Amino acid sequence: MAQMTMIQAITDAMRTELKNNEDVLVFGEDVGQNGGVFRATEGLQKEFGEDRVFDTPLAESGIGGLAAGLSVTGFRPVMEIQFFGFVFETFDAIAAQMARMRYRSGGVYHSPVTIRAPFGGGVKTPELHADSLEGLMAQTPGLKVVIPSNPYDAKGLLISAIRDNDPVVYLEHMKLYRSFRDEVPEEEYTVELGKADVKREGKDITIITYGAMVHSSLKAAEELEKDGIDAEVIDLRTISPLDIETIIESVEKTNRAIVVQEAQKQAGIAAHVVAEINDRAILSLEAPVLRVTSPDTVFPFSAAEDVWLPSYKDIVEKSKQVINF
Amino acid sequence: MEKTKELQNIESQFETFQILNEDGEIVNEDAMPDLSDEELKELMTRMVYTRIWDQRAISLNRQGRLGFYAPVAGQEASMIGSQFALEKQDWILPGYRDIPQIVYHGVPLHQAFLWSRGHYQGGQMPEGVNVMMPQIIIGAQITQTAGVAMGLKRKQKDSVAITYTGDGGASQGDFYEGINFAGAFNVPAVFVVQNNRYAISVPVEKQSAAETIAQKAVAAGIHGVQVDGMDILAVYALTKEARQRGLDGNGPTLIETLTYRYGPHTMAGDDPTRYRTSDEDDKWEKKDPLVRFRKFLESKDLWTEEEEEKIVEQAKEDIKKAIKDADGAPKQKVTDLISIMGEELPYNLKEQMEEYKEKESK
Ligand SMILES: Cc1ncc(C[n+]2csc(CCOP(=O)(O)OP(=O)(O)O)c2C)c(N)n1
Ligand SMILES: [Mg+2]
Repeated sequence: MAQMTMIQAITDAMRTELKNNEDVLVFGEDVGQNGGVFRATEGLQKEFGEDRVFDTPLAESGIGGLAAGLSVTGFRPVMEIQFFGFVFETFDAIAAQMARMRYRSGGVYHSPVTIRAPFGGGVKTPELHADSLEGLMAQTPGLKVVIPSNPYDAKGLLISAIRDNDPVVYLEHMKLYRSFRDEVPEEEYTVELGKADVKREGKDITIITYGAMVHSSLKAAEELEKDGIDAEVIDLRTISPLDIETIIESVEKTNRAIVVQEAQKQAGIAAHVVAEINDRAILSLEAPVLRVTSPDTVFPFSAAEDVWLPSYKDIVEKSKQVINF
Repeated sequence: MEKTKELQNIESQFETFQILNEDGEIVNEDAMPDLSDEELKELMTRMVYTRIWDQRAISLNRQGRLGFYAPVAGQEASMIGSQFALEKQDWILPGYRDIPQIVYHGVPLHQAFLWSRGHYQGGQMPEGVNVMMPQIIIGAQITQTAGVAMGLKRKQKDSVAITYTGDGGASQGDFYEGINFAGAFNVPAVFVVQNNRYAISVPVEKQSAAETIAQKAVAAGIHGVQVDGMDILAVYALTKEARQRGLDGNGPTLIETLTYRYGPHTMAGDDPTRYRTSDEDDKWEKKDPLVRFRKFLESKDLWTEEEEEKIVEQAKEDIKKAIKDADGAPKQKVTDLISIMGEELPYNLKEQMEEYKEKESK
């Protein structure tokens, strides 16, 4: 075991798969000699050569197209989008091409591409660097969407993503990159895609969340405990497909739930989770399932981030609202 | 890659245009633009001012008082020279580094600082200042320039649209689409690519197999030129010409300026020693745009140390005041962000407006 930050765990996962499979290629803007703007690919070009870890010209659409093309010739591209807000430049390659590869070829071709990108608020980046755009991805049939909340999961999930035979969007919350360390095995292991993790067991209410909000939710759970409320916290880890069993099992136990996301409210992952609960467990509910989200504005430039992002206090308040319904 | 004769023929035609050499001597008398002594001095004033402002911005950033900042030292001639060729009615579509141009086009300095800090008032362009918000999404400004230029042409404004990107930006699909649209619709646009040799860490040689960026104009069927971007006279002369070409209905122009950024890519943790050598830095600093233009002005008895000192002091003073003004801007509230979402708010934003009003009143 080693103590690793999330970014080190991510590098380690890529190193593991570059070693394991020579068809794995890592590329994007500044990922080579510079090791990525966050150093996620630090040392990989040195270790595996320019042939397998390389810089591309500055064009996300080109990067996505390259990955899609390589994927049908037997490679497993791990492409980096420098910040996820630039996904719009390559939305076609991801959502309209890779995600539809099986459909368009009647199942003959598939696109085992991993799309890695940093995102997430609270680190004062310029516009379109921090936006939570995972909902757009989750609404696209044919894509898996993964968001780790800690170093251990980050490594295991990324290895699974690279080994997956279909495109996986793997989003890395910037605030978690270096904020804490975890025990991470040096050897290879996987965390299964599509499996949530119960981070804290409780009996009064289920808080369903993912990414950086896992930490705010755990903090909220501690606060709630002071008031005698025993909250269960579920880290979805994969937001598409959802681990519906874990969600429903928990809600049937606690009979109350809130869903917490950093993204804006409308048409998001939280809305989808609420709908699934309504479909499957409405008779177990003692109260409506509420959401904690950001407001439905554009993700603001850095100066307003702090007031805009949901905080643990919002989670406490919303939980009490559900409890006292 | 071994290039064919035909290709070599095309590429070799894009020679670097220069008027003032590294020693401050005029090497292309015929091309010397028609500028008065006062105007020549104004060019120098602006470059000195910009250099000081860059230094102050870097130190303010280090103190945590500025926010996002992309240093400009090294690129002054390319920025100031091209903007000086414009008229007030022209439109600028800048990238994130192109703050000097927009300030000289009328954006108040404190507002540029607000933009840096990520305050939405930084984007509120004053009436009559034809400037778009600095673009973070590399390439987006280039296609929009074709649109602005078309708008200006349709409205028969006597003005052009100019946009800026970098050597990396010239790899985006939007770059090719933008210059192609501008050519296809014959609109008055000027596309400036400031080739400072690096896109963060990636050297320009890795961006394309093409020898120059200027030659990319050929495929779009528009005029393309490469210029010594450390020579403010050359940059000014070519931009002026490009502007006129657009107004005369003779199509858009692509200008590649050869330049260098002395500092890091931005102030957010970039370390140039990871991808550049100090030999290369030295080589470029010898071409410095201020040094050579100062020599030129001195040779004409147009410039003194005292004058320069005054400008430095003025710049420092202005910046101090601008930061103070920026500090005075109201703290951003979520309710402000909601209120600028549209002319009429939908139900969800109306509700959220009430919710946040209450929160903010606590
Ligand atoms: C669409 C998009 N992709 C990537 C980035 C991240 N990024 C910011 S600056 C930069 C390099 C730009 O290089 P260049 O175009 O040469 O301009 P320079 O910064 O050198 O002035 C990159 C990759 C971005 N802002 N937008
Ligand atoms: Mg550049």
